[in-house]
Amino acid sequence: MTSLTTRRALLTATAVGTGALVVASLLVGGYDISVVGLVTDPAQWEMFLISRVPRTLALIFAAIAMSISGVIMQMITQNKFVEPTTAGTAQWSGLGMLVGLILFPSAPPLLKMLIACVFAFIGTAIFLGVLRRLASRSSLIVPLVGIMLGAVVGAGTTYLANSFNLLQALTAWRSGGFSNVVRGFYEPLWVVAIIAVLAFLVADRLTVAGLGKDLATNAGVNYDRVVLLGVMMVAVATGVTTVVVGFIPFLGLVVPNLVSMLMGDDLRKNMPWVAVIGTGLLLACDLVGRTVVSPMEIPASVIMGAVGAALFIGLVLRQRKVAHV
Amino acid sequence: MSSADVKAVAAAAGVSRGMRLRRGARRLPTLSPKARLLLAAGILVVAIACYLLLFIRGSFAFSFDRRLTMLGAMTIAAFTQGVGTVIFHTVTSNRILSPSIMGFDSLYTLMQTLMVFFFGGAALAQTEGIPKLLAQTALMVVFATILYRWLFSGRFGSLFLLLLVGVVFGMAFDSLSTFVQRLLDPTDYDLLSTRLFGRMSNVEAGYLPIAAGICVLVALFLWQRRHRLDTLLLGRETATNLGISYKRELTLMLIVIALLVALSTALVGPMTFFGFVVAILSYQFTGTHKHAYVMPMAFLVGLTTLVVGQFVLQHIFYASGMLSVIIEFGGGILFLILILRKGTL
Repeated sequence: MTSLTTRRALLTATAVGTGALVVASLLVGGYDISVVGLVTDPAQWEMFLISRVPRTLALIFAAIAMSISGVIMQMITQNKFVEPTTAGTAQWSGLGMLVGLILFPSAPPLLKMLIACVFAFIGTAIFLGVLRRLASRSSLIVPLVGIMLGAVVGAGTTYLANSFNLLQALTAWRSGGFSNVVRGFYEPLWVVAIIAVLAFLVADRLTVAGLGKDLATNAGVNYDRVVLLGVMMVAVATGVTTVVVGFIPFLGLVVPNLVSMLMGDDLRKNMPWVAVIGTGLLLACDLVGRTVVSPMEIPASVIMGAVGAALFIGLVLRQRKVAHV
Repeated sequence: MSSADVKAVAAAAGVSRGMRLRRGARRLPTLSPKARLLLAAGILVVAIACYLLLFIRGSFAFSFDRRLTMLGAMTIAAFTQGVGTVIFHTVTSNRILSPSIMGFDSLYTLMQTLMVFFFGGAALAQTEGIPKLLAQTALMVVFATILYRWLFSGRFGSLFLLLLVGVVFGMAFDSLSTFVQRLLDPTDYDLLSTRLFGRMSNVEAGYLPIAAGICVLVALFLWQRRHRLDTLLLGRETATNLGISYKRELTLMLIVIALLVALSTALVGPMTFFGFVVAILSYQFTGTHKHAYVMPMAFLVGLTTLVVGQFVLQHIFYASGMLSVIIEFGGGILFLILILRKGTL
């Protein structure tokens, strides 16, 4: 076990590292922008505001949205391996986006986002309903069921997209990532900031709800209302993020687990660290994707998929070892 | 313990399990398993005749030839997926998942992608042929064996651990493939993508004999072990008491499964829910759990599903490319219904 001082040093280093990554994300890219240039050249400043700042902000918000959603879902389901992409929430909001595209092709993006959020909410509710009917809630079965649910919804989405000739649009959106995030496009993500604050405020109630319905009720918490609130927050955060930047797999799973390994399970204390570490991880993935094949780029979600899967398997195996001892 | 004893105990177990199954299932007219197999075979023959001979426009020889190749591909797919899933269900003692979820198709895609990345798109055309099919299958079997041996040796929840890790490996492979594909130059990428999509309808006819040969060998091997498989259904303790070397048998069967699924993926491409649908249907249709009946039934049901599905889609809905998508979707729904009814995996 790490001692308190090393833990504190590690957290400080993470915070500083994330800060450095934010700066790097602002400065790296196809269009040359330097610190000196920003002060002397108005064109550079303009470009900086149109492209770099929105992109970095979008990355930060998406990271916060997915990691906080992961925390909330893990509390509600009492399972460490649940997050929007392993519970089908993200796939449902993808379906919602497609339905919006089919029913109201010329609707404003906000309406499509609303539809995606509604679908994400329905999907999460279905997942929770299935969980309630599962006889065994072993920590490994729950994510397996969620992944299969997501696969079914994904197959349905592909089928629907194919019959409406939207498969190409769907593929493009799925591998979209952050490359086309510019001013006027990312603003809905500010909603995530509100959700993050809200999550921080209700963190204590979520922690209690995480103990289970009976204990939570004994502690004077209206369990059903807290769960409903949590699901709604997750649905909105996931829905908006999915529509703007696509799926970001495993982030909501890996980050909360890392934080709770370092700091234990006090949600209110953890929440800011979840946001910071999530941001750092996603920014790092995005920077790798931007530099490896420049001037082209690899979506951050792709790199996150590989890195996240490796970390996830590590976590699962670690849990097995603990269970054996 | 002699093999006759094993056979007798296994038969008894099969009967009791069969009765339990039948109580839960919709009642079918009471026919002996043998009669049911004959019935299924009869339906299959009619379906194949319809598929091969009806609705031919233009040159008979050309259409017939094409359909025959397609039928060959469907036969291999039905055998590998159907029988493979039945054994998978037996050794993992679950009735819901199928071995394809373990990331085999993703591994196949990753292997193809890496080859193009390291040797260029031209290598894809040059290495075409039976040795490559065999090499790919062998690689996938090796991967699966390592994975199984590593994860299955634990004591607690190791089955679900195996499944979950398999699924996540699949996701990681997918991401890696996408990553590497982005690094390829456009010509190589084009060459690769024609190779990765839509394989069911344009299978290389030259591969079929060797694939069929492997399938026949596997079928003989499994037929010889059908009673041991029945015994595995009784669980680890009972099987061990009956003189079965449980771990050895399990590893052997997992390798066979890996071989079947790898062959199927290398030949006709990914099919996640197909094997699962086929296995579920064949349990219902056979009315017993004896592998001597369930395995042939799985093959018959699988092939009938594919042939009828292809026939209907091609001539009635004019959408022949959608077969696998529809099977996936229908299978997914069936999966959901089952999981809600049973409440476990």
